[in-house]
Amino acid sequence: MKIKATILNGLQLAGLGAFDPVVRLLSGENPSAQLPKIGQFILMPIGGFALFLAVWTIAASSIQTRYGSIPNPKAVWVAGSQLLAAHQKTTADRQQFYVDRDKQAKEYVEKAATLRTAAADPKNAALKDRLDEAAVKNDGLAASTMKRKYAGSPSYLDQIRTSLLTVFTGFVLASAIAIPVGILCGLSPVFMACVNPFIQIFKPVSPLAWLPIVMIVVGALYTTDPSEAWFEKSFISSAITVALCSLWPTLTNTALGVASIDKDYINVARVLQLSPSSRVFKIILPASLPLMFTGLRISLGVGWMVLIAAEMLAQNPGLGKFVWDMFQNGSSETLAQIMVAVFTIGGIGFLLDRIMIVCQRMVSFDSAVSA
Amino acid sequence: MAFLELDGVSKSFTVNGKTKPVLREINLSIEQGEFVAIVGFSGSGKTTLMSLMAGLILPDEGEVRLHGERVTGPSPNRGIVFQNYSLLPWLTVFENVKLAVDQVCRGWTTERKRERVLEYLKMVNLSPAAQKRPAQLSGGMRQRVSVARTLAMDPEVLLLDEPLGALDALTRATLQDEIERIWERDRKTCVLITNDLDEALLLADRIIPMTAGPGATLGPSFAVDAERPRDRRAIAKGAEFKHLRRELTEWLLTVARQQPTLPVSAPSSPQHPVVSGAAT
Ligand SMILES: Nc1ncnc2c1ncn2[C@@H]1O[C@H](COP(=O)(O)OP(=O)(O)OP(=O)(O)O)[C@@H](O)[C@H]1O
Ligand SMILES: [Mg+2]
Repeated sequence: MKIKATILNGLQLAGLGAFDPVVRLLSGENPSAQLPKIGQFILMPIGGFALFLAVWTIAASSIQTRYGSIPNPKAVWVAGSQLLAAHQKTTADRQQFYVDRDKQAKEYVEKAATLRTAAADPKNAALKDRLDEAAVKNDGLAASTMKRKYAGSPSYLDQIRTSLLTVFTGFVLASAIAIPVGILCGLSPVFMACVNPFIQIFKPVSPLAWLPIVMIVVGALYTTDPSEAWFEKSFISSAITVALCSLWPTLTNTALGVASIDKDYINVARVLQLSPSSRVFKIILPASLPLMFTGLRISLGVGWMVLIAAEMLAQNPGLGKFVWDMFQNGSSETLAQIMVAVFTIGGIGFLLDRIMIVCQRMVSFDSAVSA
Repeated sequence: MAFLELDGVSKSFTVNGKTKPVLREINLSIEQGEFVAIVGFSGSGKTTLMSLMAGLILPDEGEVRLHGERVTGPSPNRGIVFQNYSLLPWLTVFENVKLAVDQVCRGWTTERKRERVLEYLKMVNLSPAAQKRPAQLSGGMRQRVSVARTLAMDPEVLLLDEPLGALDALTRATLQDEIERIWERDRKTCVLITNDLDEALLLADRIIPMTAGPGATLGPSFAVDAERPRDRRAIAKGAEFKHLRRELTEWLLTVARQQPTLPVSAPSSPQHPVVSGAAT
């Protein structure tokens, strides 16, 4: 029974309450109470999805585009499998490339070593200079070989990984700015009055407008040698654009959470004569955490939407660039692959939102689940 | 000089540009170790009076003094049990009380602080609930956490704002006994706000009725001389309590409602007229 309660709690926490009746049914609870719920919350959505697929299949065959007819669900499924297969091939290729590269570099290093031993031999005294020269040349070759990177195009899963990394970086950046500023805004009406005009004006700006500015500024400031840089310029531009567009919901929600904190909590802090810092950390922050997380959740959603546009424009490897490339090299598979991308983007967005919901439930102190 | 004094205190609130007097000409002096109950209609300004004594708000006129020193802000030595509990919902019961202990018992070892928290939780019979969150507790339990938190600050004055208002009769009786027990133990100066005359008769040395607002003020003191611990049955049936209850009810229903021309307790005389002393 304890296991059942834990599972039910977990489902509730993850926002998967729809599967609640299934667990109850399996554990032997009265079917007549659970079956209607299963019908409503599980069969109905499945039915809706099936209907959607049917309409899609029919519609697909009747619309002709310059890339042929619109792919039906099966074609999209096939395109998805092909992308996965291509990923496996790319991964194997890449591994092979690095194995070969390292082997080659090792050969150069060994050759250099042999040349040096030869040069040290008094018998070859006449050739010493030339041998040394050759050794140094081999050293150089080894070093430049090690710098070579796999140049093949990234696979679909690599693109997804880059996208996730970009959105995560942008999100962290946005949170790092929005939360402190939001707290200050909530604490001080004066500060809020200063910042509010910027919030109002910049909040509605489209990522497509931010991106060129960000790219130019990043281009000017980020002058590290590309072969040594940790991040690519396009990656940084996309991440910053994501941050610029997604920080507003967190900022405004944090400010609201801090400003609308229950007066009773403040009174407790006053009677206890808490210092300003413990007032912030022990009362104000925990009290505004639920609203802050609401903001973070919206921010992550916005960030994920913005990311695709930013990647398309910045040509940052990622799902956005994938879609753009597919569009550009238009083949018969273009549409199917773009649709795979659409479902991937939707699925990942959904998962990210779920994760944030779980976090939100964990910090919300009103629900008993959090205990 | 009395221990806690309110001297000609008035307070009004301004909402949407309209100034609304809530309290006027409040004069009250409370001796050390005294248990005073204030009874009054809902909305008459009882919580406002408490906040003034706690220093959470400052009077427009007059002043509140503790040991003859003017009160200018809240402090842990005037512990208040808020009408709505005001527990911090993200902290467990233990942590709620610990917040107060941490603040008052600086320099203590962690272990000693922990013991103190547990001691006060035990005092209000909440040891088993220490790790629960307020949302998981019943109203009565929350109220007791709130009392434990305030007592753990070891205040000089205990301000109880309708601490049992939201409870059913049975729980109420239990908690009244607990308050009585705790008060007997430490004999702290105590101000209790209540709308239950029997509760006031059970616990207080002195009962002060409050007139209905706006511009409420305090009426005369009614001393309750009965010995402690008092018996509930005696309060329900005893002639002296009946008499006292009738007088108080009479006063609340007639004088207190005569607004706004009511007999204000003279600001010049600190001594309130004692109307009745019930002898056991
Ligand atoms: N901060 C405030 N701003 C404006 N008006 C206030 C404020 N606090 C209290 N009031 C007003 O003062 C009056 C008295 O309020 P108070 O809370 O002191 O009543 P009370 O006697 O404690 O009532 P209850 O028995 O219902 O708790 C009410 O009319 C209320 O509207
Ligand atoms: Mg009140």
